[in-house]
Amino acid sequence: MKTTEELHQILSGQFGEEACELKADEKVAPWIIVKPDLIRDIAKYLRDEKGLRFDSLMCLSGVHYQKENELGVTYHLYSTTEKHKLTLKVIMPEDDAHLPTVEQIWKTADWHEREAYDMFGIRFDGHPDPRRILCPDDWEGYPLRKDYQVQEFYRGMKVEY
Amino acid sequence: MTNVKEKGPEVTLTPPRDTGKGLKTQEMVINMGPQHPSTHGVLRMELTLDGEIVTNAIPHIGYLHRCFEKHSEAMNDYAKVIPYVDRMDYVAAMNNELGYAIAMERLMDIRVNDRVEYIRIIMSELQRIASHLLAIGTFGLDIGAFTPFLYCFIEREKVLDIFEKASGARLLYNYIWIGGLMNDVPADFKSDTAEFVKSFRPKIKELNDLLSMNKIFIDRTANIGVLPEKVAINYGVSGPSLRGSGVHWDLRRDDPYSIYDRFDFDVIVGKGEMGTLGDCWDRYIVRVREMEESLKIIEQALDQMPEEGDVHEAVPKKIRPPAGEIYCRTETPRGELGYYIISDKSTSPFRVKARAPSFVNLSVLPAISIGAMVADMVAIIGSIDIVLGEVDR
Amino acid sequence: MQQFLESFLPAGPLVVFVFSIIPLMIILVYALFAIWLERKVAGHMQDRLGPMRTGGWHGWAQTIADLVKMIQKEDIVPAKADRFLFKMAPFIAFAASYAAFVAIPFSSGYIGSMIDVGVFYIVAITSLLSVSIIMAGWASNNKWSLLGAMRTAAQTVSYEIPTVVTILSVIIVTGTLNLMEITELQSGNTFLGFLPGWLIFHSPFMVIAFVLFFIATLAEAHRVPFDLPESESELVGGYQTEYSGMRWGLFMLTEYADMLLLSLLGAALFFGGWNSPFGSYLDGPLWGAFWMLLKGMILVFVMMWLRWTLPRLRVDQLMNLCWKYLIPLSFVNLVLIALWEMIF
Repeated sequence: MKTTEELHQILSGQFGEEACELKADEKVAPWIIVKPDLIRDIAKYLRDEKGLRFDSLMCLSGVHYQKENELGVTYHLYSTTEKHKLTLKVIMPEDDAHLPTVEQIWKTADWHEREAYDMFGIRFDGHPDPRRILCPDDWEGYPLRKDYQVQEFYRGMKVEY
Repeated sequence: MTNVKEKGPEVTLTPPRDTGKGLKTQEMVINMGPQHPSTHGVLRMELTLDGEIVTNAIPHIGYLHRCFEKHSEAMNDYAKVIPYVDRMDYVAAMNNELGYAIAMERLMDIRVNDRVEYIRIIMSELQRIASHLLAIGTFGLDIGAFTPFLYCFIEREKVLDIFEKASGARLLYNYIWIGGLMNDVPADFKSDTAEFVKSFRPKIKELNDLLSMNKIFIDRTANIGVLPEKVAINYGVSGPSLRGSGVHWDLRRDDPYSIYDRFDFDVIVGKGEMGTLGDCWDRYIVRVREMEESLKIIEQALDQMPEEGDVHEAVPKKIRPPAGEIYCRTETPRGELGYYIISDKSTSPFRVKARAPSFVNLSVLPAISIGAMVADMVAIIGSIDIVLGEVDR
Repeated sequence: MQQFLESFLPAGPLVVFVFSIIPLMIILVYALFAIWLERKVAGHMQDRLGPMRTGGWHGWAQTIADLVKMIQKEDIVPAKADRFLFKMAPFIAFAASYAAFVAIPFSSGYIGSMIDVGVFYIVAITSLLSVSIIMAGWASNNKWSLLGAMRTAAQTVSYEIPTVVTILSVIIVTGTLNLMEITELQSGNTFLGFLPGWLIFHSPFMVIAFVLFFIATLAEAHRVPFDLPESESELVGGYQTEYSGMRWGLFMLTEYADMLLLSLLGAALFFGGWNSPFGSYLDGPLWGAFWMLLKGMILVFVMMWLRWTLPRLRVDQLMNLCWKYLIPLSFVNLVLIALWEMIF
């Protein structure tokens, strides 16, 4: 059982101070912001390292921070053996949103990453099946972005009713 | 906007084989769904078949996508999200509401009184029984046993009657509110529930006699769709499907929310009694036995429930949570339902993401169905108990 | 029977026509009744009532209403189907099971044709059914139909073997293939003073033969737990997937006619056919028809009972059951019955 502060200590010891940054809010549990390029290595380390053993990815969510022109991905991790939780966040610029996939580390990420791509247009490099999942394959735009405008016609059918 | 035109993974068929007798055989691609009696809704499976053996399975989802997350962001009030939450897992709406209400209460630091807590627990355990009955019944139906399905529905009807008396609705309740309940339970709620608990126990035995221990049923489900423990955890499978693989894991005990720590109940796991650990029969029997545990919880809750307490006591006039975010998970009949809610201090949510258990459980399907037969596919889909409303949200 | 008809009907062909149409009338009335009965049986087994409104008394007119609806429905042929085969298949199916009724002795006064190879004829003509199902499955140009048709082919061919072997064990005792003669042999004499002289009471091995025969005919009639050809929860509708309206209705009719045919065959072979269970009491041609149909309907009811109780087998388990258990058992049983015949 480790707190986020302790986990941050371990991670910055392993990957350097600049790779991860501890953020805390007065209201809710703190989280760690991770450089996009490193997420895969950090995820692998978190899963395999003794004493950490984050074997379960509870949730992977895309977020659109419109004011900052940024897209984010939030990872909620849990260890079923050590019983500790961790929240990782990756922040990317809106026009070049891509990061390595963690699909090979937690299979849960497979469909969640496809959903994040479908809804936010975040590209996961190395994903084996990078398709849309909920919308049709030829849908235009990413519906959960805050500035999303629905297309007028889809295959000749009027979308707005 | 760029025009996205990614193609699906090309289904590669093995080239036609010559059998040596002047005949050629080839694999066949067949679409199971979206209109198929046993895909529990609008799931579409693209199966590659060698005879009747499945060599590849690709699930296609999204036919029931109703933009839950986009709708939630468009709501100008957090309370207005609750009816949408109902419509995700429409056979276990109470549990969905409970998860959302608890997430919001944690974000806003609201404490509800004991009467509300107990009513919520009773409601969500009754809902768990109703949902498991549906899962068991339709699973039997998939195997070809029609009668147990209707027996299950008779019992489920009694639960729905209790809900109808309390909330006025039979399926989508909007009953559990942030900070309280829509209204107090009717006067005969306690006696109705106690009567149901009493009448339901023998029915479980009847169900076991009729279906669970039937030789043909066991033949059809044991050793089919084996989901090993490691694979299950790696895929994030949760709920009865995970416990069927022998993992002692129940959020009600391991990450308690509400007042679950006050009750005494067992976590049911599969033991591989009829075949391999983690087969369809194990997943099925976990649901049957969990209903008995739910009955235990309901009985204890009925005993301890305080008579006094205003269910509207902690309901906020205006819901305006502080800026922040929360990930809160609860155990629904299908597994771990998580809500990731980000608030930007306004009255409408900045982001609501639902981590739907069916969505995650379904993703394991291709991994456990290769090598099965078409008839087994039906059993496997039935045994992981998906609700497409929750998969597609 | 034929002489009786000739006594008041003038021309020869008309007599033959009336004579040959009797089984059709029986089948049609029976099918209307059996479909209603199936719904009632299902309903009562599932703690509900089944149809209650159409026609007033317990929804007796429900099947007739359904029939009227089916006749009115549009006759849809899929665009890429083989039109000729697709349209032909239901008729061949029904013709096959109707033709088999000719050798069934409905009473001591009525049998369609006194052919000496009656049992053999029934077994041969009912295998036409699988041809029609393969036709339907292939012509539909639908993969589900094709899978259903392939299952049917395998199932029917396999289960014909135990059926024929158990029938053979009856033939050993009776020494004739004519069903009328087989039935006549079972009349009159009694075993142990009180049991009627039916073949099922002939020896303990006859009971085993009947159980094997009944299981095999369940599979031949595609009833649960062997209803794999249409298994609605796996193959959508199997070979019937693309059919609608009256063509589908004909398949339905065939299914029920088949149930009756095999039940009547079972009744004639093992339960004394048109013989009264009370010796010479309540005997005679008309009572005989009553007893025959009653015995057939009881077996049909057991088939319905099983359908609403059991789940469905998988295709490989179905084959296992047939080839690993039924066929060896029926052969062993055949030998034992032959020995019994030699000793007693």
